[in-house]
Amino acid sequence: MQEVVQQLVNGISLGSIYGLIALGYTMVYGIIRLINFAHGDIYMIGAFVGYFAIRTFHLSFLPALLAAMAVSAVLGMVIERLAYRPLRNSTRIAALITAIGVSFLIQNTALLAWTPDPRSYPDVFPLRTYEIGGVYVDNRQIAILGVALVLMVVLHYIVNYTQIGRAMRAVSQDADTARLMGIDVDRVISFTFALGSALAAAAGVLVGIYYNRIDPTMGTMPGLKAFVAAVLGGIGVIPGAMLGGLVMGIAEVAVVALTESTWKDAVAFAILIVILLVRPAGLLGRQVREKV
Amino acid sequence: MKKERILPSSGPSLRQKLSWLATGLVVLILLAVNIGVYRGAIDFYFSGVLVIAWINVILAVSLNLINGFTGQFSLGHAGFMAVGAYVSGLLTIHLDWPFPIVLLAAALVSALLGFVIGLPTLRLRGDYLAIATLGFGEIVRVVLLNLDITGGPRGLGGIFPKTTFFSAELVAILTIIVIWNIIRSSHGRAFVAVREDEIAAEAMGIDTTLYKVLAFSIGAAFAGVAGGLFAHHQMFIDPRSFTFQRSIEILVMVVLGGLGSITGSIIAAVVLTILPEALRGMAEYRMIVYALLLIGLMLVRPQGLFGTKELGDFLGIARVRWIKARQPAAGVLKSHGGDGR
Repeated sequence: MQEVVQQLVNGISLGSIYGLIALGYTMVYGIIRLINFAHGDIYMIGAFVGYFAIRTFHLSFLPALLAAMAVSAVLGMVIERLAYRPLRNSTRIAALITAIGVSFLIQNTALLAWTPDPRSYPDVFPLRTYEIGGVYVDNRQIAILGVALVLMVVLHYIVNYTQIGRAMRAVSQDADTARLMGIDVDRVISFTFALGSALAAAAGVLVGIYYNRIDPTMGTMPGLKAFVAAVLGGIGVIPGAMLGGLVMGIAEVAVVALTESTWKDAVAFAILIVILLVRPAGLLGRQVREKV
Repeated sequence: MKKERILPSSGPSLRQKLSWLATGLVVLILLAVNIGVYRGAIDFYFSGVLVIAWINVILAVSLNLINGFTGQFSLGHAGFMAVGAYVSGLLTIHLDWPFPIVLLAAALVSALLGFVIGLPTLRLRGDYLAIATLGFGEIVRVVLLNLDITGGPRGLGGIFPKTTFFSAELVAILTIIVIWNIIRSSHGRAFVAVREDEIAAEAMGIDTTLYKVLAFSIGAAFAGVAGGLFAHHQMFIDPRSFTFQRSIEILVMVVLGGLGSITGSIIAAVVLTILPEALRGMAEYRMIVYALLLIGLMLVRPQGLFGTKELGDFLGIARVRWIKARQPAAGVLKSHGGDGR
């Protein structure tokens, strides 16, 4: 029983990281129906910015986190402006191919600039482990959960209680009508990218602290898994992304605990294929009939 | 399937002369390369590069059947290639079957897998299909990493070097002929119909599921053969040879050449295999160049260099009426409304 609870704690830590990345996917997909392949690489950039902020500029945890989020938000907006906006009216496959291209560009530039060797993340707070009824929780896990929770609340507030949030929801329902209502759709999309990228960057810094190692290809797998999490929760649905992330994290930890850890990467995609076949709208999504 | 006659009565037109010239040139270059390899004038290393070029031709042309002609966006081609490579490698090592039989077996297993994977996933559309096939490719890789018989992460070594320049060439040309003929058959028109408008195709009595799965399986079969050739060329395979990056490389070839252009795929595959060798010093920039190529192409010319046209269309040979049809140049990239399901 203790073992189960312990794995659950680990799974939730991992899952909230997936959830943070998945939020960016789900918001972007909700608004412009694009799988932003480069999202995982923005998460990687976030981790590296945090790394340099701490190592080179000697910032403490929170300022480094904010710096990473800010830089990534700008990066996300720049990518959207240069690569995706010109393709706004072209086909979804063309946009998808471009997104794959952007992802490769970022990743390979990072490989050149920072070498493929993994780096160990600076110790911002010394590891402290608490025992609660036989279950071990360390302060890094608490930090992950805390940051994820705060960001979720902030996001929830922005999306539901601010003007820009209302605009985002309007654009995701119907971009053309939103434009007719006087909403600056381009600005809303730009803001969405910034928001999603900032969340991914936060996840990147948290992962760096949690696993204590980062490298330029670290974004690919979590990026894909977070996308699966977004689909699992129902793409375009914000609470769904968090739920999907948690389910993915727990499933992955369970697989590692039960079998060999090398299988864990296959689980995500197995979940994806099953969910797409059984309930393509995701756990919290609404089933929409195809209209001819 | 009538050829367009440009000037019905008088002798060959300038266009036809040009096309003969071009055809002659291609045959001549091929001949020269063949003689060069045969006589040893082309060194071992470069003939190895040419083998890879032929393998890439097979991969690109077969992926084009799925992505270009049938309009189903697959990102899992490296997965099928991996299956073919491992199946053929294991057959050679353990059973020592003759090479052609081994390649056939690789094709069969890959096709079967393509069928099994295709049947459920091809219900998905566009970007969802892309992710599902990508997931399939990753699952294949993870399975290969974990099985004992495949050697896991250590890879599979000691495969006899049975692939020669000539066998690779033969298989590649066979692939091109087979796929070319499929495209120009009534089945081929059905593929294109599925791409252009699935609902209309269905209304015309085309079993869209059947054709999608068919295109997927045929493409998978040829990818399997390419994997077999690859395994018997490298003599050593491991799961790292078949990552998502490999799928992207093949995709770049197809997209660059033009989704829906076989000659485009061939040229792009050959150029993108030989060019990096020529630019050895820039090896580390290769993926960056690929990435920029993808982005630039989509921004400037989303239909690829050739679009849906073939080389012959530019020169006036083998112009087939239906392909000339008034479709928008980027017809392949037609978006599906709805939400991707």
